[in-house]
Formats: sequence, C-alpha cells, structure tokens
Amino acid sequence: MSLSPLLPADALAANFAEIKPPLRPQEALVEASRCLYCFDAPCIMACPTGIDVPTFIRKIAQGNPAGAARTILTANILGASCARVCPTEVLCEGACVLEDRDEQPIQIGRLQRYATDHVAAHGINVLPAAPPVRSGFKVAVVGGGPAGLGCAAELAQLGHAVTILEQRAQPGGLNTYGIAFYKLKPQVSLAEVRLVQSLGVELRTGVRVGRDVTVAQLEQDFDAIFLGVGLGASARLRIPGEELPEVLDALDFIAQLHTGPLEQVRVGRRVAVVGCGNTAIDAVAQARRLGAERAFIVYRRTEGDMPAYDFEYEHAKHDGAQFLFNAAPVAVVAEQGRVAGLRLVRTRVVDGRVEPVPGSEWVEPCDQVLRAVGQEKQVALLRGLFPDLVIDDRGVIAHDPLTGQTNVPHIFVGGDCGNGGREVVNAVGEGKKAAHGIHVFLTQDAISPPLQPSRLGAKRGAAGAGLLAPIRAHELEAALEP
Amino acid sequence: MADLSCSLAGIKSPNPFWVASGPPANTAYQAHRAFEAGWGGVVWKTIGAPIVNVASRYSALHHGPQRMIGFNNIELISDRSPEANFREIAEVKRRWPHHAVVASLMVETREQWHEFVRRSIDAGADGIELNYGCPHGMCERGMGSAVGQQPAVAERITTWVKEAATIPVIVKLTPNITDITAAARAARRGGADALSLINTLNSITNVDLDTFVPEPRVGNRSAHGGYCGPAVKPIALHMVQACAADPEVALPISGIGGVATWRDAAEFIALGATNVQVCTAIMHYGFRLAADLTEGLSDYLDAKGLPSLAALRGRAVPSLQKWEHLDLHFRRVAQIDYDRCIGCNLCYIACEDGAHQCIDLRTPEELGVGLGPGRIPHKPLPQVRAADCVGCNLCSLVCPVEDCITMTEVAPGGAPLTWSDYQERLARGEIAPLPPHP
Repeated sequence: MSLSPLLPADALAANFAEIKPPLRPQEALVEASRCLYCFDAPCIMACPTGIDVPTFIRKIAQGNPAGAARTILTANILGASCARVCPTEVLCEGACVLEDRDEQPIQIGRLQRYATDHVAAHGINVLPAAPPVRSGFKVAVVGGGPAGLGCAAELAQLGHAVTILEQRAQPGGLNTYGIAFYKLKPQVSLAEVRLVQSLGVELRTGVRVGRDVTVAQLEQDFDAIFLGVGLGASARLRIPGEELPEVLDALDFIAQLHTGPLEQVRVGRRVAVVGCGNTAIDAVAQARRLGAERAFIVYRRTEGDMPAYDFEYEHAKHDGAQFLFNAAPVAVVAEQGRVAGLRLVRTRVVDGRVEPVPGSEWVEPCDQVLRAVGQEKQVALLRGLFPDLVIDDRGVIAHDPLTGQTNVPHIFVGGDCGNGGREVVNAVGEGKKAAHGIHVFLTQDAISPPLQPSRLGAKRGAAGAGLLAPIRAHELEAALEP
Repeated sequence: MADLSCSLAGIKSPNPFWVASGPPANTAYQAHRAFEAGWGGVVWKTIGAPIVNVASRYSALHHGPQRMIGFNNIELISDRSPEANFREIAEVKRRWPHHAVVASLMVETREQWHEFVRRSIDAGADGIELNYGCPHGMCERGMGSAVGQQPAVAERITTWVKEAATIPVIVKLTPNITDITAAARAARRGGADALSLINTLNSITNVDLDTFVPEPRVGNRSAHGGYCGPAVKPIALHMVQACAADPEVALPISGIGGVATWRDAAEFIALGATNVQVCTAIMHYGFRLAADLTEGLSDYLDAKGLPSLAALRGRAVPSLQKWEHLDLHFRRVAQIDYDRCIGCNLCYIACEDGAHQCIDLRTPEELGVGLGPGRIPHKPLPQVRAADCVGCNLCSLVCPVEDCITMTEVAPGGAPLTWSDYQERLARGEIAPLPPHP
C-alpha cells in the first residue's frame, strides 16, 4: 500500500499550530518588567549574535516594541526566526541570572518574538533604509541561508554592494525549508529575506555556483566571497533496502511541509526515524502530528548520549513518539517492493565503540523510514569548486574564528559549512563576524565595530586599570565546553 | 494578643486603623461594611455646603505592572446633603457605639462652623476633623488647603470650632507647605486636641502623549489633583515625625499617607502617631484589608514583646536628629555574599556611574567562587574595595537579592565626632581639619 495523507486539513492545521504562541501585550509587559536590566548581562554574552537583551526588554516594558525590534534586528537580522527556533534554554535564557534567584528565567525568546512581530505586523521599518553603497567594494555571498543573510545584511550596513547567490528556488535556507513547521513558518523566513533586500542587497535565486556561474567569474566580478553553503543531504544508512521509495531524507520530509499544503504530505502509519539529533526529533514529532499511529526513533547509543536537547526530547515524547535506544538498523525489510519494516540489531558500547550484539536482531514493522543521522559535509563539491581551500579533517572549511577568513584571503566562511552544523543563531553570528572580517580585509580599517559593545567600559582590577577585551562568542563556547 | 485599643485625644477605638475621610467613608452603608470588616474608626467624608463633582475624578501612577503606587483625585468633599450625612452618622453610631465615628467638616464662616459642629455633636460623632488640607476645588473658595497654608487663618478657625465643640477636635494638615510644624503649632494655639496628617499633595500624575490632556480628563481639560497612596508614605512619615518631635506641637497625631500594610502602620506609630488612617489602599483592595492590618500589627507587637501600642509609640522619634549631631567617624562598608550573588552587576554600574567608584569587576575564577546561571566563565562579578567604600548604601539598595549585599559596621574612623563638635573644636584649635575626600 502506498503512502497517503492521513488527516484532514482542519486536524492538520490544529496539529501544526505554533507550539509557542505569541505573548499578548499584557503578558509581554509583565514578563518584560521582571527583567532586572543587568549590567554586562550574561544573556548578551550567551547570544552568538550579541543582542543587547536587557535593552530590548526594557524598551518593551516601556511600551516601545518598535525600539526593541530595532535593538534586536541591528544585532541579528534574523531576530524574528531566531526568536522562534533558538534553543534559548541553553543560550540566553540558560544564562539568565533569575535562575540563580530560584525564579524562571525571563522568556527572552518570546519577548524577542513579540517585538519583531510588532514591527512585521505594522510594517514598521526600524533599520536605516538602504544605506548608500559607499565603499565601492562588491561582495558575493554564496548561499542564501542564515549565515549568508547575516553576512549580507551586515555588509550592506557597512556600505558594501552585496549579491546573494542561492541555488534553491526560495531563499532562507534551513529557515525556509528545514525547521519544524510548528516552530517556524516559511513566511517568517521569507519576510526576513525581504528585510535583507530592503538594505540594498541583491538576491539571485536558482543560481548554482559551478553550474550557472563559475568561481572564476565570481572572483572577477567581486572583491570578496562569503561561503555560507551549509551542509549536504542526510548521510546514507548504507543498509540494504535504503533505495526503496519510502525511505527518505528527514530534511526532505520536513521540506515537504514547507513547499505544499499539509494535507498533501504523505506519511506512513508507522514511521521509523533513524538518528537522535534535533532533526530526528523534528521529523518524528511531525510524523506524529501528520497522523502516524506510531513513530519511533532508532538510536544506536543510550538515552544519555543523544545529541538532541532535553527539551526537544521531552517535546517528542509529549507528541507520543517512541524511542528505541541501543538499536541500529541492519536492513530495510520490503514486501512487494514497499517498506514493511526495519530490521534492527541490539547494540552495546565496548571501549567507547558501538558494536552489535550478535543474534539480537528483530524487525520493527513500519511503512516509512526517515534518515536523520547527520548531514553530509560537502567536501567533494567544495574541493571541486575551490581547490585551494583548506578543508580540515572534520570536513569543514578551515578559517579564523574571529573573522571567518579562510586560507584564501578573499574567501570567508560562516555557518554549517564552517562549523560542521550548529544552530541558526550561530550561523547568523558567524555571518556577521565574517562581514566584519571582510570589511577589515577590504578597507584595511584597523578597527571593526565591536560585536558586544556592552562589554566596553567594564573595567577590572583595582584602580580600574585597562578595559576588558570584549568576550567573543567562541571564547565563551570554548569555556563552556565540558 | 497585644492590646490594639487606642484613644486619640479621648476618641476611643478598638484598634488604630481608621478609614480616612474620602470616597470609602461616604455613606452609612460603607461605614457598616468597614466596621464589619474590622476597622476601628471612620472619618466621614468631609461634610459642607453641597458641591457638584465632575467626571472623571481619579488618576494614578503605575510602576511597571504594579498598579497605583501613587493616586490622584480631583473629587471634592461630599456631594450629599449635610442632612443625609448627619442622619447616617447617627445611624452608624447607634449600631457601632464602641467604634470611632468622626465628622470631617469644611465650611466658611464662624456661624457655619458653629452650626456644623453642633450638628455633628447632635448626630453622636465621637470627634470632629477640620479639613484644612484639600488642595483642589475647595481652596479656590478660601477653604481646604487655603486655610492650612496660612497658620493665622488655621488658628482662627480652630478657635471658632473650639468655641462650639464639646467633643475632641482634630485638625487635618496639608503637606503643601514649607514647614509643617508652623501649621501644627497654629492648630495647637487655636486649641486643637489632635492633628491628622498628611492630606494629599498637589499633583499631576501623567500626561496623555496622544491628546496632551492629563488624566483625570474632564472633556479636553484636567486640573491639579491631590496625590496620595504608597508613594507618599516617606513624605508623610517625615511630617508626622517633625510634628511628634516638636515640643511646641505636643498633640496626639493620627498618621495618614500611604498606609497599606501593618508595617506602614507600625512605622507611623513608631514615629509618634497614635493611630493611622487609610484610604487609597481601601480604594484599591476594599475593606477586607482590616483583618490583615490588625493581625499583622498584633503579631508584630507580640513578637517584640510589646504589650500595647503605647509601648511602640514614638520609639523611633529620638533616633532622628539633626544632621549635625551624626557621628562623622561612624563607618559602614558593603559586603557581598557570593553564595547569593547572581552576577547582575547592578551594584557595579550603580557605584561606578552613580556613586563613588568602589566596586571592581573580577572573574569568578579570580574571586574563587563557583559558576551558576548568572555566572558564566570570564563574566565578571562585583568586588567591593572596602578601603574605598564610603558606606553610602547605594549598592545594597539596587541589589535585587535579599540579604546579598549587607552594610556591615566596621571600626570607626576615630572617637565619636559630630559636625557641631567638630566645628567647636576646630574653632578652639584643638584639632586639625579632616582631610577632604580624594
């Protein structure tokens, strides 16, 4: 039996309503008023884009949501989508001092959404209208996802002429195609792209570097190139039966919800998702919300090892997803040319390595299998296009973490292709950092605007000797690594 | 249970909590409800020649989500007939013989004062309060604060009242005056038996930035109002204490101004008030507050081992001295409890920009303290430089964590030395001038 949509449109609309509803004005006022307005606030430092969180929250508390949006969008052009998709629990909200006072942290993400929704709904433009291109430099941004958009917006505001080259039909990258539908609607992402365009950035979609334009042409036409090409498709499972039509890349499965009506998305009655990262969680929860009677995760390690965030795990369990830990797929079982089950083997960890337990195989019935075992690096593609670029042993483009500059001086990098796959907000922050790197490279300006201005003025030591250097997000991350 | 009963110049009530003259004390219905809820007395809404009120009448100062920390009104005295008011006072007194019912009066001529005093006595009122404080509407007609602001006039009218009064007379003072004790002394000279203070302060609470007409709006106009509520308590405490400490006043005081909790009441009484009057808090939450006020005050007295209100009364009055009698060598410095500090650094920026630059920022690693949500690696925490701390209190005031920053007494800078001693000893050449602060 082939797959089909399982639920009527009205049920799907209810299932895919936003899981975090917007704050009402009264709620926003009360929540904003809880903020202590910390000096040198840890939430700012925990934000990879360095949004001045206490300042924007104070503006909300004072009845100035447009001003709040200006603070947010000046630091993070994708502030509206980050408000919805950021893992705030481990970023700004995780750093909120109120938790140390045994209180709930400020709902920074929802307040950020309140402010950015306000300007979107009222058509208020809080950023300077297309700043004049005054530098005379031209920059090509390859990839119209979060990193590219973050870089392009910053470059435009620094006075450079920017062109984004995006291979897909719609810009926005993961934000448009790859985030669970109940977290972020593609319209929000596309509106953000228009905001970037309003800064004077030129956008060319359906353009693939190497096919529609050569690298040599780019290097001739532009003074610098930013690569924000992200990662490739989900890795293959490398098991028999993977070629069956009901075995899908989880990202493609998620993208179906973004490109067509929900009631046309076909889903299995029993869905297996292989992998246990945040994409796997999005996929298994969406399968349930599309009407799958059973949707389960197959993960070869233990519950404690899974890379998904705790709150994502809780969310999936709440949606009725099931979890098979210490299990690895061996083969996709077919009946009459269609998926009928997934053959699994019990696993155990010996000396840190996962190995199958002999004789422990069994079949979990299912009629759809989704691959979510991590996106592949685009090593071959990048080597083909940019033979001089150094790609490190993790498969990502080597670069200076402060500037995004690669070993080829006019090529800069940011987002997943440089970090191996992280959050949207990391991509925006890296794009922004690279924009400053490019600006310094092009103009030879010694000083680039600081990313976290609040840190300036904080002095240390007796007699106030010397200023503290701004803490860069990567230093913070390094310090927080377990 | 501590004894909460009290007597203000002979006006007895089962507890010190009176409903102040205002909207909650407008009718017999409200007085019954107040006494049923546990209030000790009611000062009737001011009775005088009938007036006409406007709509709207009130406005407020909100602070964040906290409503009505300050409250403003342009309502006048009772808009009911004197006959109705006196009839209802009599009715209330019949039903509540052991509770205090005080008639608040405001009229113009000597004859009118005599008449209204007699009618109050006939109605069975336990006392009379002279409204010398209303700062709007009535003062333009030579009454209210127009009286309270001119000590000679206040004294004369008090004298008129006393000519007719056989029950205690309370003079209610306006705070819209440079020196409250001048008005208090005038009341004393006129023969007042007690004072009540403060009445409301002249105010505009806010301006509507769309219409540019402040609230309360009457058509496209507004008017100055009278300000009260929790925000005025510090002003009221100051004025109550000033009157309580003045030997030329020496009258019992009914404290008014921002009383909303038993703590507020205890503070008024410790600064010399005999009882307190409450209005705004009732307008906000209703008469049910009485139970909390009486229970809280009683529990406090019990916990302190104080048998009655008399044992509390005036306890804080002597500690308030003129500045020149403070010890210049007393020392106090801020101390941060790192088990409580959440790393908000509000103390740092307050000291740095708003005070005396005595707090440094140091990393948790340097301080040797652990990490937490507000303490992330490299993110500095405040450290007080005790040697430079002037002991101003600012950091402890802005600190959002209870008991995190403590102002700790340290060894004094020398033998006790007040400013007046210092001046005398300098003049006598006994000591060298203290060095100026760097």
